[in-house]
Amino acid sequence: MPQLTNIWRSLAVLLLCSASAAQAETTLSIGYLSVEAPRPPVLSNLDPMPDDLGVAGAILGIGDNNTTGRFLGQIYTLSPKAVGLGDDAVAAARVLLAQSPYLVLDAPPKVQLAIADLPEARGAILFNTSAGDEALRDTDCRRNLLHTLPSYAMRTDALAQVFVEKRWTDLVMISGGQDSDIAYAQAMRTSLAKFGLKLSAEKNWLANADMRRNAAQEVPLFTQDFGDYDALIVADEAGDFGRYILYNTWAARPVVGSEGLSAVTWSPVIEQWGAAQLQSRFFKSAAREMEPQDYAAWAAVRTLGEAMTRTTSNDPKTLRDYILSDRFELAGFKGRPMTYRSWNGQLRQPIAVVHPRAMVAQAPLEGFLHRGNELDTLGLDKPESKCEAFK
Amino acid sequence: MKHLMSACLMASLTVPLCSGKALAGEVWVTNEKDDTVSVIDTDTLEVIHTYDTGERPRGITFSKDFSRVYICASDSDAVQVMDPNTGKVLHDLPSGEDPEQFVLHPDDVHLYIANEDDAITTVVDTKSSKVVEQIDVGVEPEGMAVSPDGKVVITTSETTNMAHWIDTKTHQLFANTLVDSRPRYAEFAKNGAELWVSSEIGGTITIFNAATQTEVHKISFGIKGVNSDLVQPVGIKFGQDDAFAFVALGPANHVAVINTKTYEVEDYILVGRRVWQMAFNSDRSKLFTTNGVSGDVTVIDVASRKALKSIKVGRFPWGAAYRP
Repeated sequence: MPQLTNIWRSLAVLLLCSASAAQAETTLSIGYLSVEAPRPPVLSNLDPMPDDLGVAGAILGIGDNNTTGRFLGQIYTLSPKAVGLGDDAVAAARVLLAQSPYLVLDAPPKVQLAIADLPEARGAILFNTSAGDEALRDTDCRRNLLHTLPSYAMRTDALAQVFVEKRWTDLVMISGGQDSDIAYAQAMRTSLAKFGLKLSAEKNWLANADMRRNAAQEVPLFTQDFGDYDALIVADEAGDFGRYILYNTWAARPVVGSEGLSAVTWSPVIEQWGAAQLQSRFFKSAAREMEPQDYAAWAAVRTLGEAMTRTTSNDPKTLRDYILSDRFELAGFKGRPMTYRSWNGQLRQPIAVVHPRAMVAQAPLEGFLHRGNELDTLGLDKPESKCEAFK
Repeated sequence: MKHLMSACLMASLTVPLCSGKALAGEVWVTNEKDDTVSVIDTDTLEVIHTYDTGERPRGITFSKDFSRVYICASDSDAVQVMDPNTGKVLHDLPSGEDPEQFVLHPDDVHLYIANEDDAITTVVDTKSSKVVEQIDVGVEPEGMAVSPDGKVVITTSETTNMAHWIDTKTHQLFANTLVDSRPRYAEFAKNGAELWVSSEIGGTITIFNAATQTEVHKISFGIKGVNSDLVQPVGIKFGQDDAFAFVALGPANHVAVINTKTYEVEDYILVGRRVWQMAFNSDRSKLFTTNGVSGDVTVIDVASRKALKSIKVGRFPWGAAYRP
């Protein structure tokens, strides 16, 4: 991917120049590693993936941190690095960790674990900004790995709350066959059970027809044997077939999940709670709309900024202790203070339930109570956590 | 605050009972998502006029003699100057991008405007319609306050989490003080001795000694039956003699009453949904709150600390200002 490399190289130069121009007492350098993952083909070519997905959010976060930092004699720099398919991502992480203990990761779960287990990563603070997998936050959790991207479970719990509120109790699901689809579908089953709901039928999407031509003929037949139901869940995190299900189902029922009504980390339709300001600042900076991974990277960089602002330290142990303490809070334009779960390092955050043109609800929904923090009705709560590394 | 006091004094020349009886007046409310202002009669508590404004009106304030009203039309990137007697927009002032809140200096000439998208505070001369200065501040400047003697202007920046102290002579920042997350509003109290700053996401009010710019107190809130995450203080107004502060608590749908001597929260008054800004009538016997989500204004009887009435206005009422 030569053009991608060029973009990343110019980013690095730009960020280093702006960094070296200023004088400051305390500097915090953050590495950013983007590891290219194999991308299976999808039916539609409508949504090209931006080359700067994720890193654009980190860049905005660095800018925010530096604007604050100039009043405090603090400076923040970002060293972005992209590795292509087949390149040694762990070696690249080693190089970045030799420069700084702060590393933002856009990488598959296995690569993240390999990096977290490096001797160089001991005492570092790594941020997962790209993987929603539950195991990373549970049985495979690592002491040095925090998560700003919500887990699949946080997103499926949000939708389950909406189902309960709307009394959509008769649910069916179509799942894709890719890893992310399978993980999402599993999270959805768990969420439905958690909120006392269940699926009356499930089907796997196996069709190999070109839906761009004949979705109107294929999908009604494919969904006919579901009979009647309240809502159809689509597990298609890869964005393959889901878009062709809407308005083509046999029964005229809402489509939810990865398509239609979706629970997301971030979306261009979020405008309340000052979000319009973050959206417009991002657009000015990146010339495109902000996506969930951009938001997660922004939140990771802002987490470090907030921690250094409050502690005036750039020592990773001091910052980690602060970030996981009650004193930490991040204003993330989602209407509630965001904090980290002390049992697995997941950033607590509200989850927006949206369609492409507007926000429909924001979880936690009213009435879903929790003895501690209502945000913990979303995702793995302390009593069921199997994460040992944070104890 | 000063406007109200001088309004009261001015009015007392013609109407003898300034403090005893409520004087006829108007509260002007900007409707963020209707591009209008609603004018409420403070005696009849009815909307008597609705005037068109630029896009997304938010901050609103009157000139000292109440002959002009300034309105931040955020999405029009302008401060509009309106004749309050006719509702006609006279002209626009240059404002910098995305003006949200502003404060009129006691000299009645200089407007200090927070430019939310640009991390800048713009100083505009309202007589010449010229930009005098642009001052770099933190990310997403919003709250604006001026000391009664006019020597200090405050800008709060929502993402930087600071109150920036601006020397109005030099237009330089002479202090930057951290507060809790997302500071939305600032107001001087006790004749300029204290600065109060609300932190929306932090859920607190930080009180500074204005002379030393040091924190002297921090106030938290707790309302029975309301999740603490939803207690999000925004607007602050001080009652007669600054004895009590009234703080709008956003999605907690309450206004807190704080004793400014003890810094204790004495009461919570239930109002409409998502309450942000407030304005008093002339003798500060009634407090008008803008409730964004319910699209109305709650009128509070200050003496009994009870809501009297809610008045339907436009969509998403935001700012409020009083004129006699």
